[in-house]
Amino acid sequence: MSKIIIPTPLRKFTNNQTTLETSADTVLEVIRELTIKYPDLKNQIIDKQGGIRKYIRIYLDDTDIKTLDQEKTEVSAGSVVSIIPAIAGGNIT
Amino acid sequence: MKKLKIYPLVIETIENHALETYPEECCGFLYGTEGDVREISHAGKATNIKSENKRKRFEIDPLEYLQAEKYAMANNLELLGIYHSHPDHPAVPSEHDLKQAAGYFSYIIVSVRKNKINNIQSWQLNDQQEFEEEEILDLIHVKVNS
Repeated sequence: MSKIIIPTPLRKFTNNQTTLETSADTVLEVIRELTIKYPDLKNQIIDKQGGIRKYIRIYLDDTDIKTLDQEKTEVSAGSVVSIIPAIAGGNIT
Repeated sequence: MKKLKIYPLVIETIENHALETYPEECCGFLYGTEGDVREISHAGKATNIKSENKRKRFEIDPLEYLQAEKYAMANNLELLGIYHSHPDHPAVPSEHDLKQAAGYFSYIIVSVRKNKINNIQSWQLNDQQEFEEEEILDLIHVKVNS
């Protein structure tokens, strides 16, 4: 089994679950499994084209899946998949 | 209006961080507990990883964000928001803040003008994805401007 960390802003879509366990083999399957279990989470993570939303990062342990095999990245037992909202902003001008 | 209690040490951390980085923007994490009144009891500094235009923009490293979530879990706290500074601008969210804002989080903004703390305000997204101000209870500015 591997672990999924749900970030605080998305926990209202997972019945306040902080972490979840999964036996999925790839990041894509993890997300699919997660969004089937918690349908309201889908719009928060997946865009209209079916990809990961622009302001969401997915990490496998300490590595961005963008630098691995994207959604096809394999998830091995004991690893941690983290959903991370991109945090940025700035002042008015 | 939602209510927010911020511990004095948190205010001190935010104000000092904002002055240290002025005229560039600072940013960091807010931890605490949720209830009828949200209580922010801890603040943690983050690095503004923007490579340019730090006077007007901030960005937090996703790994640093992940560490913040883990810190909250390990310390029986909740990651409840983000703080950042607006050098020489009001403590009001900008379009850039709105574009990447996450629901549920409190966004504390500290306005710094000419190297002095101007004011602090806190904001949260409502269901219409608009920022609404949160009422900060008993706000005490710890940093004394000279």
